[in-house]
Amino acid sequence: MIRHYPDEPAGPFPAPPRQQSDREERSIQFRRADVTDRTALIEMYTQFDPADRAQGIPPARETAIERWLETILDDDCFNVVASHDGDLVGHATLVPDEQDGYELAIFVLSAYQGAGIGTELVETLLGLGQSEGIDRVWLTVERWNDPAIALYRKVGFETANSERFELEMSIRLA
Amino acid sequence: MGSARNALSMHVLLGVGGSELSYQALDETIDRAREAGDDLTVAVFNNEEMDTDGKAIEQRVRETLDEAKFEAAIRHIDGDPGSRLVDIAESEGFDRIVLGSGERSTLGKIQLGSIAEFVLLNAQTPVTLIR
Repeated sequence: MIRHYPDEPAGPFPAPPRQQSDREERSIQFRRADVTDRTALIEMYTQFDPADRAQGIPPARETAIERWLETILDDDCFNVVASHDGDLVGHATLVPDEQDGYELAIFVLSAYQGAGIGTELVETLLGLGQSEGIDRVWLTVERWNDPAIALYRKVGFETANSERFELEMSIRLA
Repeated sequence: MGSARNALSMHVLLGVGGSELSYQALDETIDRAREAGDDLTVAVFNNEEMDTDGKAIEQRVRETLDEAKFEAAIRHIDGDPGSRLVDIAESEGFDRIVLGSGERSTLGKIQLGSIAEFVLLNAQTPVTLIR
């Protein structure tokens, strides 16, 4: 399958670590995450609102969450987390595909949604990607998920394929 | 057929386009057909998203049926697979369409293919999605 990407690169994007105030005046830390954050991520995902699941992730049961995290915290993936007062409130990941591109996904706990954290998370992850030499990133999103689609568009993602159940969007970083 | 038809038996149309999930759907459909006495027709099609070849798919379907010692009709469908499956099910009185779809990316997101989407939205019969 051939994936389409915009001709022009977007960005530049800010690399982690960063600190930003969200729209509710909370101080949010953005930093790179790895396998040492596994326990904290499991804790975050067990609190995740089932209504906020998308396309089967995050999984519901803790054992499935553990298995899933094992995949996306692997050495060839890139992860950024958002934390507030020491607790993880958001997570974004880049996972390599078979064609030198990376698939992106992002999760924010419901109490922290709508405050700009998602946008900062995606931008920070793309900044990390740029600093690591990644040049193509894509994602899929449910077609009815207007807030998510608006976020991705604002960051610079463009529609790559709208003929499937899920909307596919992509961005070029370099 | 492997077992006698009974009140629960159905005429089942299974679409196989060569994805791993479509072969998984074949295995599961054979198991159920044997239990329930279903009459199974396997419709082989080329899935453009998969770059598969009808002959190779048919061979694998045949081998799977032989190994399972289960008899089923095999046919090839040309043209748009989704609309052909819906047409055949309707015009030939099938009770159910079965499809495998909803592959996961490495990241874990489930993606439904365009053929499965078309069948789910347009079929007049119940549809079983194996994923």
